[in-house]
Amino acid sequence: MSDYPLPVSHVVDPSTSASERSTLLEKLHGWVVTVDHKRLGILYILYSTFFLLVAGAEALMIRIQLAYPHAHVLSAQVYNRFFTMHGTTMVFLVGMPFLFGFANYIVPLQIGARDMAFPRLNAFSFWMTAFGGFLLYYSFLGGAGLYGVGNAPDVGWFAYAPLTSRSFSPGHATDYWALALIVSGFGTLGTAINIVATVISMRCKGMTLMRMPLFTWLLLVVSMLTLVTITPLTAAQFMLLIDRYLGGHFFDTQAGGSSLIWIHFFWIFGHPEVYVLVLPAFAIANEIIPVFCRKAIFGYPAMVTASVAIMFVSLSVWAHHMFTVGMTSVSNAFFTLSTMLVGVPTGIKIFNWIATLWGGRIRFTTPMLFCIGFLFQFLIAGLTGIMLSVSPWDWQLHNSYSVIAHFHYVLVGAIVFCIFAGIYYWYPKATGRLMNETLGKWHFWLFAIGFHITFDTMHFLGLLGMPRSIYTYQPDRGWNFLNLVVSVGGMIQGVAVLIFAYNFLVSYWRGEVASDDPWDAWTLEWTTSSPPPVYNFEEEPEVHSRRPLWDLKHPDDPDWDYES
Amino acid sequence: MSSIPVNHPARTVEWHLPSKRRVGMTSLILGESAIFTIFVVAYVFYMGKSLTGPTPAQVLEVPTLATICLLSSSFTIWRAEKAIEDDRMGSFTVWLGATITLAAVFLANTALEWKKLIYHDGLTISTNLFGTTFYSLVGLHATHVVVGLFLLTSTFIFSLLGWVDSRQSERFGVIALYWHFVDAVWIVVFTVVYLIGR
Repeated sequence: MSDYPLPVSHVVDPSTSASERSTLLEKLHGWVVTVDHKRLGILYILYSTFFLLVAGAEALMIRIQLAYPHAHVLSAQVYNRFFTMHGTTMVFLVGMPFLFGFANYIVPLQIGARDMAFPRLNAFSFWMTAFGGFLLYYSFLGGAGLYGVGNAPDVGWFAYAPLTSRSFSPGHATDYWALALIVSGFGTLGTAINIVATVISMRCKGMTLMRMPLFTWLLLVVSMLTLVTITPLTAAQFMLLIDRYLGGHFFDTQAGGSSLIWIHFFWIFGHPEVYVLVLPAFAIANEIIPVFCRKAIFGYPAMVTASVAIMFVSLSVWAHHMFTVGMTSVSNAFFTLSTMLVGVPTGIKIFNWIATLWGGRIRFTTPMLFCIGFLFQFLIAGLTGIMLSVSPWDWQLHNSYSVIAHFHYVLVGAIVFCIFAGIYYWYPKATGRLMNETLGKWHFWLFAIGFHITFDTMHFLGLLGMPRSIYTYQPDRGWNFLNLVVSVGGMIQGVAVLIFAYNFLVSYWRGEVASDDPWDAWTLEWTTSSPPPVYNFEEEPEVHSRRPLWDLKHPDDPDWDYES
Repeated sequence: MSSIPVNHPARTVEWHLPSKRRVGMTSLILGESAIFTIFVVAYVFYMGKSLTGPTPAQVLEVPTLATICLLSSSFTIWRAEKAIEDDRMGSFTVWLGATITLAAVFLANTALEWKKLIYHDGLTISTNLFGTTFYSLVGLHATHVVVGLFLLTSTFIFSLLGWVDSRQSERFGVIALYWHFVDAVWIVVFTVVYLIGR
C-alpha cells in the first residue's frame, strides 16, 4: 500500500439483517449512491445485459427483414436506424460496460484491495456511461427535434462523412449519437484511469507485477490501451459537432475539408477498440481455462509479453479498414504487414491455452465449455482476419458479408462467449448462488449451434457478393436460401440468450447455494465470502506466488518453490 | 461474512507502491495527449488547404509575451511545490499567486488575440479551414488553461484561508503535474500554429 489508508465504502450492505428492514426505496437509494466497486460492477453487468437484449432484438429484426427477398418487415429508413443502433449499442453499451463491470468487480478482489483507487470517480464513470446509453436511445423519441416524429441515428456505427453533415443528416439524430458517445467516452476514460491506478497502486503485500493474476494483467493492458483509444474518438466527435453546430469545415469537402480524415480518425479509435474488447475476453479465458484443467497457466511470462505486444502493435493497424479508399501501395503494404504482425502475439496466446489444456484433467462445466468454444472460434476468426489483412483479398471482400462474418466471429464467437463464461464463473462469487448447470449447457449448445449456423454461412454470402448494410435484395441473386439459414441461426441464438436471461434471474433466488470457493480456484477473490463483505478482506492478504490459494491449500508444495 | 486470512508469517516482504494520485493523473495526461494529437494532426493536415482567406500569414502574430508567461509559470509552480513540501506556506502562497497571474496574462492575451481576429480580420470558426482548425486547437488548449486556473485559484483561496499545509503537498503535486502538461502542450501548439503554420 501507499502512504494512504485504503478507501472503505460506507454503504449499507444489503445482505446484513439490518437492511432487511429497509424499504425498497431505501435499497434502491443505496444502489444509486453507492461507491462500492462490487455494486458498481454489478450495475455495469446489469446495464450491459439489458442493452445486450435490446441490441440482440435489433439484430433479430434485421435478420427477419433479410430472411427472404423483397421483405417489407422494416422500411429502408428503419433498417438503417436498426443496424446503426445495433452496432453502436453492442460496442459502446454492451461490450465495454460488460468488461468494465468484470474489471470493477474482480480486479480489486484479485489484488487484495478493499476498493478501486478512486471510488467516487468510479461511480461517476458508471453514471456517465449509463447516461450516454439512455441519451442514445432517447433519440428514438427526440431525434427529429421539435418537429414531427423522432428517429434514431441512421449513419452506420462508423458514421462516415459527409453523411453526417447537416445537409445529409438533418434533425438531431446524429447529434444524439455524437453526444452519447462523448458522454459515455468520458465515463470510459474515467474507468480506465481508475483501473490503471488501482492495479499499479493498490496491490496487496507481495503481489509484484509478475505475480498478478493474468486477468488483472490484461485489464491493466486494456485500460492503458483505452486511454489512447477512446480519446481520439472523443476528439473526432467534437470536430463533428463543431461542423454541425458552429459551421466548421473539418469534414466539409465543399470548403476544402476531407471526408477521408474522418475515416482515419474513426479507425484510429476503431481498430484498437477491437483489442480493448477482445483482451478482456482473453483475460476471462486466462482465469477459467487453468482452473478447469487443474493446471497452472502455461507460459505466464509469454502471456504477459504477448498482451503488451498486442497493445502496441494494435495502435498501428487501423488503415486495414481502408484498403478500398485508395491509399498508396506503401500504405497498403505497411498496414497489411502490421496486421499480420498482430497475429504473432495472438498466436502465442492460442498455443499457450492449448498447452494449458494439454494433459490437464478437464472439467466440462458451463464456463469451461464457453471457453473451449471461444478457443475454437477465435482461431477461425484470427485466420479469416489474416486473410482479410491481405489487401487484394480485402479489395474483393470489403464491405461484404464475409467481413461481417469475420468481425462477428471475433465479437460474438470470442468476446460474447467469454463474457458468458465469465458470468457463469463469477456469478456464485457475486450472488452466493450457482447458476443452473443444466440450463447453462442448454444455453451453450443452442448458442454455439445457432452461432455457427449464422456466421459460418455469412462467410459464403459474402463470397457470393452480398454487400453489408442493404435492407433487401433481388430474388435472382442466389442468396435466398443462405439468408434464410442465417436468420434461422439468429433465432436459435435468440432462444439461447433467453434461456440465459431466465437462468441469470432465477438462479439468484433458486440457485444452489455456493461455497466461498465453488470451483476450487487459486486467486484471491475466492478467499473471501460469497458474496464478499463491503470491505472485501478482513485483513490485507499477503501473497508469495501467482496462486496464493494454492499455497494455502498445499502448504507442503507451495508455488513459490517453482516461480523464480 | 469472513475471509480466509492469506499470509505466511515466515516470509516477509518489503512493500512500496507508487502514489495512486500521480498514477491517475499520468493516465489522464496520456489520454489527453491523444485528444491533442488528433487536433494537431487535423491542423497540420489542413495547413494551407483553405479555399478562402484570411491565411495565417496575414493575420497571426507570434504571441511572445503570452508564451513567456505560460512557460515561466511552470517554474513558479515548481517553486510552489518545493515550498509546500518544506511547509513554507508564505512562500507557497506567493509562488502560487505568481503562477495564477502568469496564467491570467496568458488567457487575457489569447482573448485579445481572438478579439482582433474576429472583429478586425473577420476570421471566425466557420470562415475557412484555418479558422475551424485554429479556434478548435487553440481553444482546446485554452480550455485546459481555464481548468488549471480554476484548480490553482481554488488552492490559492484555500491557502489564504489557512486550509492548506504540507499534508496536501502530494495533492498539489498532482495539480502541478497537470499544469506542466498544459505548458508542454502549448510548446507543441505554439510550434505548429505560430512557427510552422505561419
